[in-house]
Amino acid sequence: MRSKSSAERRRGIALHAALFPLALIWLFPLWMMFVFSTLPENGIFSRDIILTPSDQFVENFNLLESDTGFIRATTISILVAAAYTFLSVALTSMAGWSLACYRFAGKGVVLATILGTLTLPYFVVVIPQFIMVARDFGLHNTLFALIVPPLFNSLGVLFMRQTFSMMPHELFDAARVEGVKEWRIFLFIGLPLARPAVAALSIILFLHSWNNYLWPLLINSKPAMMTAPVALGSLIGLTKVSWGGIMTGAVMLTAPMLVLFVALQRHFVAGISAGAVK
Amino acid sequence: MAAVSLNNVVKKFGTMSVVHGASLEVADGEFVVFVGPSGCGKSTLLRMIAGLEDISAGEIVIGGRVVNDVEPAERGIAMVFQSYALYPHMTVEQNLSFGLRMNGNDKADTQRRVSRAADILRISELMHRRPRQLSGGQRQRVAIGRAIVRNPQVFLFDEPLSNLDAELRVQMRVEIARLHKELGVTMIYVTHDQTEAMTLADKIVVLRAGNIEQIGRPLDLYDDPNNQFVAGFVGSPRMNFMAGTVVENSSSVVTVKLANQGGALLRKPLGGPLPAIGAAVVLGVRPEHFGLAGRGDSDITVKVDVAEHLGSTSYVYANAGGGEELVIEREESRHEASLDRMTVSLRATHTYLFDSAGLRLR
Ligand SMILES: Nc1ncnc2c1ncn2[C@@H]1O[C@H](COP(=O)(O)OP(=O)(O)OP(=O)(O)O)[C@@H](O)[C@H]1O
Ligand SMILES: [Mg+2]
Repeated sequence: MRSKSSAERRRGIALHAALFPLALIWLFPLWMMFVFSTLPENGIFSRDIILTPSDQFVENFNLLESDTGFIRATTISILVAAAYTFLSVALTSMAGWSLACYRFAGKGVVLATILGTLTLPYFVVVIPQFIMVARDFGLHNTLFALIVPPLFNSLGVLFMRQTFSMMPHELFDAARVEGVKEWRIFLFIGLPLARPAVAALSIILFLHSWNNYLWPLLINSKPAMMTAPVALGSLIGLTKVSWGGIMTGAVMLTAPMLVLFVALQRHFVAGISAGAVK
Repeated sequence: MAAVSLNNVVKKFGTMSVVHGASLEVADGEFVVFVGPSGCGKSTLLRMIAGLEDISAGEIVIGGRVVNDVEPAERGIAMVFQSYALYPHMTVEQNLSFGLRMNGNDKADTQRRVSRAADILRISELMHRRPRQLSGGQRQRVAIGRAIVRNPQVFLFDEPLSNLDAELRVQMRVEIARLHKELGVTMIYVTHDQTEAMTLADKIVVLRAGNIEQIGRPLDLYDDPNNQFVAGFVGSPRMNFMAGTVVENSSSVVTVKLANQGGALLRKPLGGPLPAIGAAVVLGVRPEHFGLAGRGDSDITVKVDVAEHLGSTSYVYANAGGGEELVIEREESRHEASLDRMTVSLRATHTYLFDSAGLRLR
């Protein structure tokens, strides 16, 4: 017994020894991003490599705020990401539910279409989508255009469909025999049981919206409608690039997500691997 | 309380026909058991009665009302599933009351029905546990309790005991019999355990590949099966079948020559039309119907392979040097344990004759 546990410990040490440098390599840019955000405007270009933070974070932030209205942009980002996550989770889980639980005419076609959209690169879609939303519908510079067009998420639909099909359908039949309405079966049995999957999907969708750059950049040209990443991007001007501001903004956008991810890590992993082992 | 009748019920999944015209009468308060091998359509038939599968053709009547297009909840039925189908995220109490709450049932009434069901099934102490904190037998009780709170006219059970171990199964079987007596409602029960079928049923329906093979009281099916399938399915250990040919037929008596038992001859009187000479037939003998040598109408000598001694009886597995393996029940054979050959007798009145299509020749 003892030899086994010591062998196990040795394996653990070896594993950590291998992972540690990898973790360092991964963390290093993040650390440098933080360091740069605290240096004075020109510090980033100093000849020595500076590895320790300085004290200019607040100054950089004030610069960023006055250049871009960063607080407003972040507020919009939060609003958009929250609304997007909520609506998209609702849509994808309803779609996944109906594909998992009901037989209906044309189901195969619907599934094939959803799968088909996965093979289209986003960059093929984005221009026609832009033309349709901005020119044909005239919806540019609206919150609606920020939130609604990207809502449909085929991967999410397939993920939720898979989640619901893995559940024992006798549960739903039992409720049907008891006279529970279909939407209540979905709401009170299907969804609660899918909680790990919904949690994982929510995190993914939230990050997806939070990090989205191309679509908000295209659809909203007014500074007052910028999301945070677009606001940061606007600092890269033709003649002047405000690195201190960009790094400060990047820290402000990354830090909450890191905290969120670490806090919800368990849900995330559980949801992704749910159903992998039966 | 309600009678149930099926008139020529057909079920097709796409183009594949799974139930081919089943007709059945279940009287009010009767306990009917569907038995049959796996995949024969028992669950499908039950789910059609419940309204969980639609009916491709035919008619289902519950309590005098055609329910083909009636929602499951309005059919006056409750169903207990093989997997229990308890809602894992709810406590026992919530599981029991869920359906009533969702349908806006009066709170006090819900409470009353839930505690009545809990009393009947003796699960009152478990009300605040989750399903995963219950044993198999307790889960089964909760599943039955969830059916009871609905006050159904017809209970449907789909293999409710198949996930339990042997001891618990016997206990729950008795419990279900008690429940039937107490509630006096119609019950339709699916199983492929023929002991459950024999002990619980007022009436057994034997199914095979989507057809009803025979309907009858348990002992009627045992004593008087209509065909080889039913004969083999009802009874445990199952009936022995021996191949033979007709060598003589005259004045209501056929003489059958057994192919694999040293050409033993058995004269068997038949009431119906006699099979032709040379026709292949199958002779069925239940394990307990082999007699002592010389005491019957014909003797066969067999080689003993294994003997299982269960105390009061023994089962001897034997064959006559090739051919069918026979199971012979003996009460005295613990004293013959060392024998490697034994002679047993057949009595014509305790045998069953089937034609080559498996139909009974009476
Ligand atoms: N949804 C379905 N689609 C297609 N075929 C089905 C479906 N459900 C059942 N079947 C088929 O119908 C036949 C009868 O199935 P059913 O579940 O009624 O069998 P069963 O008698 O209950 O078997 P078991 O004892 O294994 O539970 C099987 O051949 C099965 O493959
Ligand atoms: Mg079944």
